[in-house]
Amino acid sequence: MSNSFRTTNSTGLINKDKKINFTFNGTIYHGYEGDTLASALIANGVHLVGRSFKYHRPRGFLGVGVEEPNAMVQLHDGNKSEPNIIATEVELVEGLKAKSQNCWPSVQFDIGEINNVLNRLFPAGFYYKTFMWPKSFWMKIYEPFIRKAAGMGKAPLLPDPDRYEHNYEHCDVLVVGSGPSGLASALAAAKNGARVILAEDKPNYGGSLLTDEVTIGNMSGKEWASDTISQLKSMPNVILKKRSQVFGYYDHNMTVMIERVSDHIENPSKYTPRQRLHYIRAGEVIVSTGSIERPISFGNNDRPGIVLASAAKEYMKVYETLVGKKPIIFTNNDTAYSTALEFIKNDIEPIIVDTRDSSNGELVKEVQQKGISIKFNSGIADTKGHLKINSAIIGKLDSAKESFISEETVECDCICMSGGWTPTVHLSSQAGNKLKFNDDIDAFVPDKKRQKETAIGAANGSFTLNQSLAEGFQVGFDLSNKFTDQNNPTNSPNSNEPSYEKHEKLWCMPLPSGKKPKRFIDFQNDVAVSDVELAIREGFRSIEHVKRYTTLGMAGDQGKTSNLNGLQYVSKIEKKIVPEVGHTTFRPPYTPVTIGAIVGREVGNHYLPTRKSPIHTWHEENNAVFVAAGLWQRPRYYPRGSEDMNSAVNREAANVRKNVGICDVTTLGKIDIKGPDAPEFLNRVYTNAWLKLPVGKARYGVMLREDGMVFDDGTTSRLSENHFHMTTTTAQAANVLSHLEYYLQVVWPDLDVNVLSTTEQWSGIAVAGPKSRDLLSKLFPDVDMSNEGLPFMGLVDSSMDGIKARIYRISFSGELAYEVNVESNYGLYMWKKIMEVGQSFDIQPYGTEALSTLRIEMGHVAGAELDGRTIPFDVGLNSMVSQKKDFIGKRSLSKDAFTESDRQTIVGLVPLDKKTKIPEGSHIIEDNSAVAPIPKLGHVSSSCWSVEYNNPFSIAIIKDGKNKIGKNLYAVSPLKDISIPVEVVSSHYVDPEGSRVRS
Amino acid sequence: MLEIKCPYCGKRSQNEFSYGGDATIKRPQLGEEISTEDWDNFVYYRDNPRGKHSELWHHVSGCRQWFKVSRDTATHEIFDTCKMNEDFNV
Repeated sequence: MSNSFRTTNSTGLINKDKKINFTFNGTIYHGYEGDTLASALIANGVHLVGRSFKYHRPRGFLGVGVEEPNAMVQLHDGNKSEPNIIATEVELVEGLKAKSQNCWPSVQFDIGEINNVLNRLFPAGFYYKTFMWPKSFWMKIYEPFIRKAAGMGKAPLLPDPDRYEHNYEHCDVLVVGSGPSGLASALAAAKNGARVILAEDKPNYGGSLLTDEVTIGNMSGKEWASDTISQLKSMPNVILKKRSQVFGYYDHNMTVMIERVSDHIENPSKYTPRQRLHYIRAGEVIVSTGSIERPISFGNNDRPGIVLASAAKEYMKVYETLVGKKPIIFTNNDTAYSTALEFIKNDIEPIIVDTRDSSNGELVKEVQQKGISIKFNSGIADTKGHLKINSAIIGKLDSAKESFISEETVECDCICMSGGWTPTVHLSSQAGNKLKFNDDIDAFVPDKKRQKETAIGAANGSFTLNQSLAEGFQVGFDLSNKFTDQNNPTNSPNSNEPSYEKHEKLWCMPLPSGKKPKRFIDFQNDVAVSDVELAIREGFRSIEHVKRYTTLGMAGDQGKTSNLNGLQYVSKIEKKIVPEVGHTTFRPPYTPVTIGAIVGREVGNHYLPTRKSPIHTWHEENNAVFVAAGLWQRPRYYPRGSEDMNSAVNREAANVRKNVGICDVTTLGKIDIKGPDAPEFLNRVYTNAWLKLPVGKARYGVMLREDGMVFDDGTTSRLSENHFHMTTTTAQAANVLSHLEYYLQVVWPDLDVNVLSTTEQWSGIAVAGPKSRDLLSKLFPDVDMSNEGLPFMGLVDSSMDGIKARIYRISFSGELAYEVNVESNYGLYMWKKIMEVGQSFDIQPYGTEALSTLRIEMGHVAGAELDGRTIPFDVGLNSMVSQKKDFIGKRSLSKDAFTESDRQTIVGLVPLDKKTKIPEGSHIIEDNSAVAPIPKLGHVSSSCWSVEYNNPFSIAIIKDGKNKIGKNLYAVSPLKDISIPVEVVSSHYVDPEGSRVRS
Repeated sequence: MLEIKCPYCGKRSQNEFSYGGDATIKRPQLGEEISTEDWDNFVYYRDNPRGKHSELWHHVSGCRQWFKVSRDTATHEIFDTCKMNEDFNV
């Protein structure tokens, strides 16, 4: 039955000269260029595509585009596998593989269908009611079961091999949708000189003009669309985008659009992205998104073969495909008669069932003139056919239209239903538009706008072509006039289309006599009329609650076909008018978007920028293992041979204590501070005094936040009277700069000071250890490196091989140490030079681990102690706090809680067995045998292996720390299930007098 | 994503800026005698209005200037922006 459901005409948009092979559920079929997966399957007579979400009922195609709620498939396999793809949106491409989801073992025979038989057990709110008790069952039994049963397709477990891009665009006018009103507004705006972007979701521009028999000017609608597109294409101020869905409308007219760039191409070239996400900041957005046809609820209205009337027409006119050969048209309005006429054109006589008593619409008369009788005042009560519809029970309605007075069974292979039209208001609603109910069309339309957004055409409830075109041309011109001064309006051409009579306000058929078949409202979420009735019976009144209890209008579908039918039914039961019931909130994305597109190119190494010091290549060549410090890559340690991390770190740290080590400290934040008020500014920023720091001297400083917590620390030196060089920690460099700028620009603009980051201008090399003086003396023979010549906290400018170097005598390791700073470009040269000269002093490079070991042993605080919860007193920095002057955060330090003597303060810990390392983050407790909850005295902030004493050592912050020294406590880590007896010691474990740095 | 007009650079996307809180807060003078209550009001307490709000933004990925923004906290509408030493026009 290959393509046996093709029409014989060739007026559509497919190319029957180009066959395309594809596989569905293991069977090979062919379609043609221009087909979608949906149209090609229907052409091959395949309607059964999936199983429904809850009851596993057989489902086929309902729609032809984004509105499709049923036909979700799993595409491709392996690393390209993708779940929940709407088959009506997939363009056919050679070799495409698709399969049904939510069924096992096959879509024809699905075990899960037992749910349909047991449907009385699965009413609305089933999960809430059933899985409440006992509580302990939730995690282990219910939740995994629900997880297994829920969801549709399977997410791939392999990395996505495709490439996705992001693009930022700006325009004056963004037009969403290329139907008649969209084309008209784009043309008017573009002719008036505005920068226009026109976005169309489908592969072809034109919207309803591709399927409606209308004339515009002296052209058919289809010709006019194509002519307008040609005009727009020739204009340099217009960007045309097809296969592009604007799915989100965010603040300040930021819209987001997904473009399917190469999904439809058989072998895209290597660097062509699969999809592109466009962030479009538009001056004005014109929402010309058209409308979506509404289904009608009747017994078993979800069988494969039951489609929307407009979809059946589009399959015939655009895809040259018949949804069936024995159709029933079921409608409450005139528009479905155009579908009937299209069948008649293909020599198929439809049965027409109309709920209304009569209609004198032009299309109705045309159908009648062709000799087709219409069953007025009738409805479909029920349908039959398990995997595909084979007959319908048509009933005569009583005068109140609340029951059937007679029923007859009629054979058919499809039902094309129409419950009228719903404007697609999703984007307007996302933009914050307060919708209003239009009683004429029984639907919500945009009303009070919050952003620069204007709905036109069918999206605005203007269902006639004349109205749509007139609105399009007018709005396109008016809005573009805000951006140009050309004042060049375009007149709307005359147009002709059939006249329509009014629809009937009837969207739910009565039940057939003696039976209670399910009448579905929301196909995707398996919500039937009975579920809505149940929710209301159980007391759910707010439409938002009914939505959540029944799941009506949720998930990927966002109620495209179900929303209004649900509202209408609630209003009927509640005997309220629809505007009183209100509507639920439409949320982005309008259609599902791949995670790959949202992530874009920010994957792998592109996830974050990588910062490397100028010495990075040397570290690589010398076997460094790197660690991320913010964005920086820093050497963690340099293993030799088969050394593990611990032995490498101990060797590096011990070598600093014994000989000399070299460490790349380029990543430290550096800020250049200049101006006559610079000393006064530092005096306010730091807790200690700065006014009298002599030129050529460095000083350690601590800065607080206004709440008294330590913010950062570092060494700042005075280069000249009004010029300072500040260093910050690597982690806080950016925050400290923002902090300084805040105080200079916002709080004290009267201070004449400028600050500038120079982190990247200087390369810093720490040279530490007892032999560092001899090494540097040899490297800089002109400099007096003696304790008198360059004392602790001194600095001196020198040069080597013509390279200017600034040498600071500062120490983080607690040893005699220097820091050599050179221009970044010379960092690598200077490093190599120091290594070369250092060979005779047994120099070794050390990484961040050894750096930590050295500072922990010395009790120097770092980020783990300065965690935003400690004041200077807590971390042993009280001597840094000036009592004589005010500074940022000082007032907080005198608050009651900050002056309590038993605050948690810094101490050292040594395990009693001198062997067991104490995990960072361990809790400190007094009594190991106490019953929980055990009072916590504090926590371990930093741990290392002391190379000085050859046993573990940790820094902890514990309650009343000073008075705990000498006591035995426990460090416990419930996560690791360990408890370590420890002795509390001073945090200054090595050289507490600080004599080494001054030696 | 908001579009914010930096008074120095012009309109830029929100991701170039960082938020800096209530612009009407005045830091007490240095050395000023101040009650704990007043100090706490300065450090911790902020109004959380629904509607118009004067706030600070910092053009961190641009000119690095702090400036003032008048924004509706409910709708995100930005009424005006100005330099630190200026007042809003609206």
